Amino acid sequence: MNRREFLQLLAVAAAGGLALDSKSALAANPGSLYDLPAFGNVSLLHFTDCHAQLMPLYFREPNVNLGVASMAGKPPHLVGEKLLKQFGVAPGTAEAHAFTYLDFEAAAKTYGKVGGFAHLSTLVKRVKESRPGSLLLDGGDTWQGSATSLWTQGQDMVDACKALGVDVMTGHWEFTYGAQRVKEIVDRDLKGKMDFVAQNVKTNDFGDQVFDPYVIRPINGVPVAIIGQAFPYTPIANPRHMIPDWSFGIQDDNLQKMVNEARGKGAQVVVVLSHNGMDVDLKMASRVTGVDAILGGHTHDGVPAPVAVKNAGGQTLVTNAGSNGKFLGVLDFEVKNGKVAGWKYKLLPVFSNLLPADPAMEALIKQIRAPYESKLNEVLAVSDDLLYRRGNFNGTWDQLILDALMEVKGAQLAFSPGFRWGTTILPGEPITMEKLMDQTAITYPQTTVNDFTGQQIKDILEDVCDNLFNPDPYYQQGGDMVRVGGLTYTCTPNAAMGKRISDMRLNGKPVSAGKKYKEAGWAPVGEGVAGEPIWEVVAQYLRAKKTIKGIKLNQPKLIGMAGNPGIA
Amino acid sequence: MNQFRRTFLKGAGAAGSVAVAVAAGLLKPTEVLAAEWNKAGFGATKLDEALKSVGGAGAAESKDIVIKAPDIAENGAVVPVEITSNIAGTASIALFIETNLNPLCSTYDFSNGALGYISTRVKMAKTSKVRAIVKAGGKTYTAAKEVKVTIGGCGG
Repeated sequence: MNRREFLQLLAVAAAGGLALDSKSALAANPGSLYDLPAFGNVSLLHFTDCHAQLMPLYFREPNVNLGVASMAGKPPHLVGEKLLKQFGVAPGTAEAHAFTYLDFEAAAKTYGKVGGFAHLSTLVKRVKESRPGSLLLDGGDTWQGSATSLWTQGQDMVDACKALGVDVMTGHWEFTYGAQRVKEIVDRDLKGKMDFVAQNVKTNDFGDQVFDPYVIRPINGVPVAIIGQAFPYTPIANPRHMIPDWSFGIQDDNLQKMVNEARGKGAQVVVVLSHNGMDVDLKMASRVTGVDAILGGHTHDGVPAPVAVKNAGGQTLVTNAGSNGKFLGVLDFEVKNGKVAGWKYKLLPVFSNLLPADPAMEALIKQIRAPYESKLNEVLAVSDDLLYRRGNFNGTWDQLILDALMEVKGAQLAFSPGFRWGTTILPGEPITMEKLMDQTAITYPQTTVNDFTGQQIKDILEDVCDNLFNPDPYYQQGGDMVRVGGLTYTCTPNAAMGKRISDMRLNGKPVSAGKKYKEAGWAPVGEGVAGEPIWEVVAQYLRAKKTIKGIKLNQPKLIGMAGNPGIA
Repeated sequence: MNQFRRTFLKGAGAAGSVAVAVAAGLLKPTEVLAAEWNKAGFGATKLDEALKSVGGAGAAESKDIVIKAPDIAENGAVVPVEITSNIAGTASIALFIETNLNPLCSTYDFSNGALGYISTRVKMAKTSKVRAIVKAGGKTYTAAKEVKVTIGGCGG
């Protein structure tokens, strides 16, 4: 559908009595969203965590994104109206839809899909036109998250990113294709075209850098250093055995060294392209000096404006650019007399209907998908419910996976990882194999069945909960809470490690520490685990059900979170 | 990556560098260490007993002791730990993993004004404070850093 058709559709919808009010304003002047006057002389374009989504999609932002301790109530831990208020975004607008879950179904129907590389490509070209010399940065989690990326071992995304004109990237899920594949892509496909930077990935034995820690690129005559910060906890959150010889970690002392080194070489602007997650970036910004901006990702927070963090050397801007190709961040610097004198930032939502598809990218995507079309388009079931994943504790898509695991495996309870990627399905849409793979396409998809004692179950919940709610962000991993099926529990996010989980019950009966329970799960991080891939299990369930409706979201009872603006 | 250095050092073996350290008078010969084996300390299962065995009870907190260790361990079986004591006249460093079954992990003696620096790998059963006790000028000092050991998975 092109823009004119879209406008016609809106007119028809309005005539049909659909509430369009402020949305018709967008329709009347659809270009204004993307009219971004140029500023300064150094511009960086940034997208992150696209999770291999080449096609336009729906993506519902969370209504639970809690912050604890010093992070409570501060960006990015604001949802819905609280987020809109903080950033001065008018409710009922296209941008309000992009940044929040509010009135999601109706708004999604009105504004249509978001993202898609062909549409993102058009936006990148437009912004670059008004900002000659600007660079495009990719924060990682690019080669994983879809069927075609898994089936091509990331090759589809490597080709698409080269066509998109990515200049510099860093990584996280990239590493789950294994060290050898990553090196192969970096040395063969990216060489001379794209820099893969990571200051915090070193060899286990001698601490040698695996990738270039940073790159200095001139923009309109100004030397700009881009330092890479890969996801520091890759070997913990994902299988260690896939990258056995590499060590990660936050390494802010080494980052400081790299900043100083780059400044010593004449860099007038220093930015960190980070996959830390926003809370970690905010802390890092307070400890490391000489960084003008941290362009962040990992936690999938669409944050409309940067947070300026004061430190001993001045201030550092911290941004987070959402996920799934839904946003493009544009950071403009005015550099005068060798340093940053001013800045402007805008996180642009990518509305697929307002940005015509770039023909070359569209053709490339078509070519990538061609061998897989029939497999991708297999309809497994139809959903009467809204299916989404994001949220600290559960989403309907995850509940569906849990329900499938428990039924197919005959388990009393199920665990599903708290991943933040995964697209959204509107009520009435088919659940295709492609959409199922959007939730499950990983290189360690095995399902497992375990007999866990009540104590083991509690230990697992406590462990993951601390990764989410440790008061010190350096001890967090940035995923969401493990999704739990069948078992109810109470969670006290502000409690100490090991004391957050209580009142665990199965079918209303308290779980006893010594008794064993049959659990089903997937995505084991250990080596040599055998099991049917999760997509097979869920596909089997969906084919049998045909229609999915009335999903009952199992969420813990929360204590001490009343009034927290990170929950609605 | 310096492939030559890697191959050369692999051939030379880690023992070589230890021998150099001993020859330079930085480490005491093993016979001496053996004679001073802290049986009570290394055998202790309670933290306070282990601390007492190196005279560490009531040690003063010091910012001159820098512990470098990961915030979250990538592998609890081999956690890299570096301790630097910038306290003048550092005579010994003792390393504790507070929640391990035997909290006292290792002790190091320094002589002839050697730099108070050690680098090692330790096994950690669970999340714990990594604690250093430093003796210098007849006094004891301490510092600690928390290292989290987690089951992993579920990230991203």
